[in-house]
Amino acid sequence: MLVDFFLHLKTRQIPVSTQELLALLEALQARLVGPDIDDFYLLARTLLVKDESHYDRFDRAFGEYFKGIEQLPGLDAEIPEDWLRLAARRHLSEEERKKLEQLSYEKIFERLRERLAEQKERHAGGNKWIGTGGTSPFGHGGYNPAGVRIGGDSAGNRTAIKVWEQRAYRNLDDQVELGTRNIKVALRRLRRFARQGAASELDLDGTIAGTARNGGWLDLHLRPERHNAVKVLLFLDVGGSMDDHIQVCEELFSAARAEFKHLEHFYFHNCVYEHVWRDNRRRHDQRLSTLDLIHTYGRDYTLIFVGDATMSPYEVDHPGGSVEHWNEESGAVWLQRLVAAWPRVAWLNPVGEDYWQYTPSIAAIRRQIGDERMFPLTLDGLERAMRRLASARG
Amino acid sequence: MRFSGTDTYVAPRDLTLAVNAAIALQRPLLIKGEPGTGKTLLAEEVAGALGLPLFQWHIKSTTKAQQGLYEYDAVSRLRDSQLGDPRVADIAHYIVPGVLWQAFECDTPSVVLIDEIDKADIEFPNDLLRELDRMEFHCYELQKTIRARHRPLIVITSNNEKELPDAFLRRCFFHYIKFPDRETMQRIVAVHFPTLKQELLREALEVFFELREVPGLKKKPSTSELIDWLKLLLAEDIPPEALRAKDAKDAIPPLHGALLKNEQDIHLFERLAFMARRKAP
Repeated sequence: MLVDFFLHLKTRQIPVSTQELLALLEALQARLVGPDIDDFYLLARTLLVKDESHYDRFDRAFGEYFKGIEQLPGLDAEIPEDWLRLAARRHLSEEERKKLEQLSYEKIFERLRERLAEQKERHAGGNKWIGTGGTSPFGHGGYNPAGVRIGGDSAGNRTAIKVWEQRAYRNLDDQVELGTRNIKVALRRLRRFARQGAASELDLDGTIAGTARNGGWLDLHLRPERHNAVKVLLFLDVGGSMDDHIQVCEELFSAARAEFKHLEHFYFHNCVYEHVWRDNRRRHDQRLSTLDLIHTYGRDYTLIFVGDATMSPYEVDHPGGSVEHWNEESGAVWLQRLVAAWPRVAWLNPVGEDYWQYTPSIAAIRRQIGDERMFPLTLDGLERAMRRLASARG
Repeated sequence: MRFSGTDTYVAPRDLTLAVNAAIALQRPLLIKGEPGTGKTLLAEEVAGALGLPLFQWHIKSTTKAQQGLYEYDAVSRLRDSQLGDPRVADIAHYIVPGVLWQAFECDTPSVVLIDEIDKADIEFPNDLLRELDRMEFHCYELQKTIRARHRPLIVITSNNEKELPDAFLRRCFFHYIKFPDRETMQRIVAVHFPTLKQELLREALEVFFELREVPGLKKKPSTSELIDWLKLLLAEDIPPEALRAKDAKDAIPPLHGALLKNEQDIHLFERLAFMARRKAP
């Protein structure tokens, strides 16, 4: 029952699971809604869709699947003539049709009406139009005249505007970040908890130890609450060859911002030189001196580069190699300075690990920051990078 | 048991259907929506309408899942032991039941509100999977399993600050409270201000929906803000004509502080109003 509808939702990339289909069938069996497609739509949405950003996709999928079905036959609805003719053509066997052809049209209609009534009683007891019973209009479960889709106009009292065709949730679809949860969970490996601030939490172990030392007299110990104290400097490569990787970088950035309280981000192009910038639109008039950063942020910051490290090798090795300006000192020198200032370094590369060996500049960068400090920007690579950063070696 | 809105709470068809589905199939109901659309209020109203006790659990960033089940009050026990209280021998005296425990032990069916679940730690929902699914948990200190006598209706609200894990979502029904349209809004206002003059209401709604259309607002005014604003308008006895003065010099609605809560929004709005004024002949 409804399996086709369920599979249809799946192909439209709405994350539904079998559990939810069963819940929907259960709800139909419990007669939660009457024979009304609007109600069925609301019920299905409540049970199957778990995020408002999928509402619009669901609306479209629902519309596609149920197009044309606005009214359910055989209940209290007027049955239009041409529909019955169609039903007769489709659902009666050869012999029946032959027999019927000898009867008048009125008789055919009568018989069909009877059949509809019969069907409804036998399967579903009357007022459930879809689901386990077999009055499903989709033609599951044997012979079923209700399977014919009625054209909207011929159905007499047509429902007003269908809810799902208004697509009221269109805006929500592209606003919500998708799939950042996994990244956040990976980033959490970097958490370093520290207790700072006012002592407000009871230190149970300390209290027990203190009381024991006191010879049994209560000695309360308090301590500050735990906070994530990790500090991160994020250097993001923008423009040029990074354009292909914008989405994954955005996801990483949005997850990192949610996860780390102390996060500073800076942009660079291809390789870090004497200037970086914070706002990409104002990269030419609001530049920050890299040296200033080195002096501003302490050694306890963790340095994370995000970039494909794909460029001409000159951009790393030679003074004046930058594609944008004349740099007095080579990128390699600046990388060395950064690594010396913040020993905990990782470079996340959106280019797949297999391709690294074919790009000389990637090898050059890896030489500068340390060979095993570059990780692919995948979930697995992120996990490895965070584990490495959290380890004692940094 | 069926919920169909109350005298003080206007529930549209889709919302009542979601609540009734959650009641009938005994699944938790996850409610999202813009701030101020009555997410938290829903649980109270459902409990009130169905005559069921309501247990509220307000989540903070430091809340742990365990706190909803029970807590072991080690400090009281330690103190009692110091004072030689005979109660100290029984650990059960120091187990403090949490919200879910209370609801599970309740003699009648009940409503549990888990408010703003997205405020908690990212793992919080995962720690409640079994409890919400089977409606039971194990108390380690007492060596017994607490089972729900009646499966409570659990209403969970979220403001979308954190994504919830899939396994958790699979177990819930979900409803997104859409911002009410003009018609529903009229009903909502009628519930709160039965004596409000039609004319004032029409003008106020006009201003309100226009304001929501202003592009780039950080926080669009929502239902609760409209209600507050109307309260102020009534208290100040502002005539409907004052709201209508669109082309005049004062294009900013009176008492707009109740509708716009953000400094940037007010500035933006004033700038737009200023530009509109210049355009006018």
